[in-house]
Amino acid sequence: MTFEQFIFYLLAGISVFSGLMVISVKNPVKAALWLVLTFIATAGVWLTAQAEFLGLVLILVYVGAVMVLFLFVVMMLDINLAQLKEGFTRYLPLGVLAAVAIFALMYLVLGPERFGSEQFAAPQLAGGEYSNTKSIAVPLYTTHVYAFILAAVLLLVGIVAAITLTLRRRPPKDVLYQDIDKQVKVQASDRFKMVKMDAVKEKDIPVKEED
Amino acid sequence: MIALSDYLIFGAILFTVSMAGIFLNRKNVIVLLMSIELLLLAVNTNLVAFSYFLNDVTGQIFVFFILTVAAAEAAIGLAIIVLVFRNRKSINVDDLGSMKG
Repeated sequence: MTFEQFIFYLLAGISVFSGLMVISVKNPVKAALWLVLTFIATAGVWLTAQAEFLGLVLILVYVGAVMVLFLFVVMMLDINLAQLKEGFTRYLPLGVLAAVAIFALMYLVLGPERFGSEQFAAPQLAGGEYSNTKSIAVPLYTTHVYAFILAAVLLLVGIVAAITLTLRRRPPKDVLYQDIDKQVKVQASDRFKMVKMDAVKEKDIPVKEED
Repeated sequence: MIALSDYLIFGAILFTVSMAGIFLNRKNVIVLLMSIELLLLAVNTNLVAFSYFLNDVTGQIFVFFILTVAAAEAAIGLAIIVLVFRNRKSINVDDLGSMKG
């Protein structure tokens, strides 16, 4: 076993184990943290496949942004932990059976006799000046530029959708709102009124005596 | 050397684990969303491996777009979960069957 294989199997083992923990722990906060470990180990596996840019993006975007979003939502919701695992043992045989069956089918197709080292020899290692980021960037900004812009629009749609879904007007007794329309349209006469009054001399004001 | 089948089988194991997670977690929608993220990760591993062994960078560009879509999907999915919890005070999957005929 070479050093590369050792690293690959170590990272793959960590990834699969923490994936199993994600689906089996009771507390959703712990599940999110195990999912972070899965992402980091899988990013390492991608690094062994010389996808350096994607491996680092996976850590930055997933661990740094998406999983923090998950943790925020988990902590915002007040979840009853006791109820969460009620159906676990009930569905366990069915889930394991389906997983094993589908893995067996996948193994028949993806196994070493079709995709082994004989059929697909390992590619030559790139030289020192090879940049994975540049080799992704050039086709991304030329051949796939429309898909790239579309992805940006998709993220914008995601932002707008998430904000509009969760935005709510709370009743005015809880929160006071500014009405920008009213504020802009207001005239000086609405706020300030001159009143003409005759001068009046009050007679009945009691004079406070000094003690 | 690491063979292509190693990467593919690793992706397949991760895929089946997360698929079993969707079967098992019938109570918590958040863990379902996490399982979907794991499914996408397993598929991305296949694309990265093929991109490496076929010397074609298009597979990695595809992974890039899948990551974008997955991030948008996670944001909208979590927003929907927040809405469901606000209206029903629960994210139990069995409570969400009101559209069942």
